[in-house]
Amino acid sequence: MKPILLWSDALIFLLVIALCLFFYRLRRDPQTRERWGEVFSSRLGMVTFTVILVYVGVALLDSLHFRRALEAPEGLETEEIFYDNKVTSVLDVMLLGMGDRFERTYSAPFALKSFEKKNMKDEQGNAIRDFPPLEHAGRHLEDPAERWPDVAARSLTALLWGVLAAAVIIGLQWLALRRSTNPWYASWGVQAVVICLFVWMVNISRYYHILGTDLGGTDVMYQSLKGVRTGVLLGTLSTLIMLPIAVTLGVMAGYFKGWVDDVVQYLYTTLSSIPGILLIAASVLLFQVYIDLNPDFFSIGMEKADARFIALCFILGVTSWSTLCRLIRAETLKISQLGYVQAAHAFGVSHSRILGRHVLPNVVHIILITFVLDFSALVLAEAVLSYIGVGIDPSMGSWGNMINGARSELSREPTVWWTLTGAFFFMFALVLAANLFSDLVRDAFDPRTSMRRSEA
Amino acid sequence: MFAYIVRRMLYAIPILIGVNLLTFTLFFVVNSPDDMAVSQLGEKYVTPEAIATWKKKNGYDKPLFVNAGAEGSEVLTDTIFFSKSLKLFAFDFGRSESGRDITTDVATRMWPSLAVALPNFAIGIWVNICVALMVVMFHATRLDRWAVFVFVSLMSISYLFYIIGGQFLVAKTWKLVPISGFNIEAQPWKFLILPVLVGVVAGIGSGARWYRTLFLEEANQDYVRTARAKGASEISILFKHILPNALIPILTGVVVLIPSLFMGSLLIESFFGIPGLGSYMLDAIKSQDFAIVRSMVFIGSILYIIGLILTDISYTWADPRVRLN
Repeated sequence: MKPILLWSDALIFLLVIALCLFFYRLRRDPQTRERWGEVFSSRLGMVTFTVILVYVGVALLDSLHFRRALEAPEGLETEEIFYDNKVTSVLDVMLLGMGDRFERTYSAPFALKSFEKKNMKDEQGNAIRDFPPLEHAGRHLEDPAERWPDVAARSLTALLWGVLAAAVIIGLQWLALRRSTNPWYASWGVQAVVICLFVWMVNISRYYHILGTDLGGTDVMYQSLKGVRTGVLLGTLSTLIMLPIAVTLGVMAGYFKGWVDDVVQYLYTTLSSIPGILLIAASVLLFQVYIDLNPDFFSIGMEKADARFIALCFILGVTSWSTLCRLIRAETLKISQLGYVQAAHAFGVSHSRILGRHVLPNVVHIILITFVLDFSALVLAEAVLSYIGVGIDPSMGSWGNMINGARSELSREPTVWWTLTGAFFFMFALVLAANLFSDLVRDAFDPRTSMRRSEA
Repeated sequence: MFAYIVRRMLYAIPILIGVNLLTFTLFFVVNSPDDMAVSQLGEKYVTPEAIATWKKKNGYDKPLFVNAGAEGSEVLTDTIFFSKSLKLFAFDFGRSESGRDITTDVATRMWPSLAVALPNFAIGIWVNICVALMVVMFHATRLDRWAVFVFVSLMSISYLFYIIGGQFLVAKTWKLVPISGFNIEAQPWKFLILPVLVGVVAGIGSGARWYRTLFLEEANQDYVRTARAKGASEISILFKHILPNALIPILTGVVVLIPSLFMGSLLIESFFGIPGLGSYMLDAIKSQDFAIVRSMVFIGSILYIIGLILTDISYTWADPRVRLN
C-alpha cells in the first residue's frame, strides 16, 4: 500500500484545517456566536447542516487515496513492490468493493439478469438468445423467485445493525450535548437515517445492484457516491480560489478609492461583460491542449484527471470573482465613511491596520453568504459544463458526466431511468441542503434582514 | 440624456479593448498557433509542413504584434493581432476554422435564437411576477413558507433535468409535440412550445423567489402602511403601490439581459435542435473552432454593454426622480 496525495486532496484538507481555525477564532466574537446560534437554533438549520456535513464527510473519505500493492508476479524474484495503477480511496474500502463488481452492460435495480439479450448456449448446447444472468447479483440464490424475500430478510438484518450503530453514535453525542438548548434531536434524526441507509446499502450491494448498472456496467450507486467528492470539492475549491482575489481587490477599491477604484472597476466590468460560459469553455479547452501536448507531466491517469479538475476549479474561481468584488467594494465604501474609521485615520493608524481591524471583520458576513450561495451554484454548473464537454475528466466520476452519458437513455425502449435517478437525487439533496442553509445564514448575518425582523 | 448616452458609449471602448486583449492573450499568447494547429490536425498528421500549411490557410502564419519584414503601415497591420483581433471592431469576423463566413452565420442563426429566447423571457417574467405577487399576498402564513420551500427546491434541480424531464413527459410519453427540431415555414410554434415551457418552468424557482424578496422589501415601507391605514384594499396596495415601486430593482436585473437574448440559450438550443446562436457556440466549443468562440465573445460583450446602457435609460422612464447626467 502506498499513500497518494493528489493536489486536490492536499487542497481540500488544507481548506478543512483553515475553516476549523477560522471558526475557532470566530468563537471568541460574541456577536458572531450569537448569529451562528440563531442559525443552529432552528431545526431546519440543524438538518441541512448535518446533510452538508455528511456530504463533506463522504468527500473527505474519498480524498484519502492510496495505491494497492500488487502481488509479485510468479517466477520473478525481486524485492521491488509493484503498485496497482488504479487509485483506491478509503471510501472504496468502506464500500467493500462496490465499485469492482462490473457487469457487461445495463441492468435494472435489483435485477438478476442483464438488460440486453446475448447469444448463449443452454444446457443441451443449443444456441439461444436470451438475457444472460448478472455476474454479481443474486449469485447466491437458487431460485429467482426467492429474490424479494431474500432482499427483505437481508434488509432487516442490515437495518438492525444500522439501528445499533446509530444508537451508539447518537448515544455518545447525547451524553455530551444533553444540556444544550439547540435542537440536536433534528440532527440526530438525520444521522440515524444516514447511518441506517449506509449500512443497508453496503450490505445489500454485495448481493444486488441497488441502483442497477449503466452502459459500461458500473454500479450506478457507486458512481453517484463517487460524484460526491467531485461536487463538494468543486464547490469549495473554486470559491476558495475566488475569495482572495475578490476580497483584496474589493476592499482596496472601496478603501483607497481614486485610481485604484477605477482600475478595479474596469477589471470587473470587462470580465463580467464576457459571456461566462464562453470564457470558461475557452480556458478549459486551452488547458486541455496544454495537457495533451505535455503528457509526460503525469505518471498515472488519475493525476491527469486531477490536474484538469484543479484547472477547472481555478478557471471557475478566476472568472467569477466580479460579483463578490462589487459587493465588497460597495460595503467598504460605506464602512470607510463611518466614524470609527475616520477616528482611526485621525489617530494616525496605518492603512493596513485599519483594513485588518476595522474593515475586514465587517465584510466577513458578505464573504460567508457568498461562500454558501456559490457552493450550490457551482455544483449545478458542473453538470452543465460536463454536458458542454468542458467539465470534469470523464475518468473521474461526477454527476455531470453521469447525466451527460445518460441523457438519451430515457428515450430508449424500455426506458433506462436509474442512472438519471441516481444522479438526480444525490445532486438534489446536496444542492437543496446548501440552498436552505444559505438562506438561514443570510437571514442571520445580513444586517438588512435582521433589522427587518427586529422591527416586526 | 443624449450626451449621457454618447459618454457611456465612449466608456464602452476601453472595456471592449480589454475584452479583446484578454481573448487575444488567451488564444494566441497562452496557446501559440502551433499548439492550435497540432490539436486541430490531430496527433497523427503532425508534420512541420502540415502545421505550416494549416497556419497559412487560416492566416496564423504572421507574427503576433509587429511584422518586422513588412513595409510602411503593414508593419502593424500585417499581424495576427490586427487581422484577427482589431478587425472585430469593424464587425469583420472573418472565416471560421472550417472556412465558413462567420458574419453570415451569425446573421441567419440569430432569428431562431430570438424565436425561442424572446417568448421564454417575456412569459417567464410574467409568470414569475404573478406567482410572486400571489405568494406576497399570503405573506407570513404557512402557505408563504411552503411556497418559499418549493421555490428553493425548484432552484436546486439542475437545468438539464428540466430539459430531459420535459422531453420525456411532454414529447415522448404524452406525444404532444415533437421531441426536437425546428422548421420556420411549417408550424414553427409546434417546435417552440416545449423549449419555451421548459425554460419558463426552470426559471420559476429562482425568479419568483427573487421577485418575492423585492416585493417584500417594498411591503415593509411606510407608504404601504399609510395606504393600508387609509383603507386601501390589499389588491390595490399590491398592484398600485408595491408593483410600480418594485419596478426599479426589477429593471436592474432584467433589462441587462434583453440584448443578450440574441445569443440564445446554449442548453435549450442544443437539446431541442434549434439552429440558433446557442447551438452554434456549443458546436464551436466542441469542435474547438476558436475563430467562432472569439467572435461570439466579442458580440456577447457588446450586447452586455448595450444592456447596461439600456438599464440606465429605463431608470429615467420608471423613476422620475432619476436624472441622467
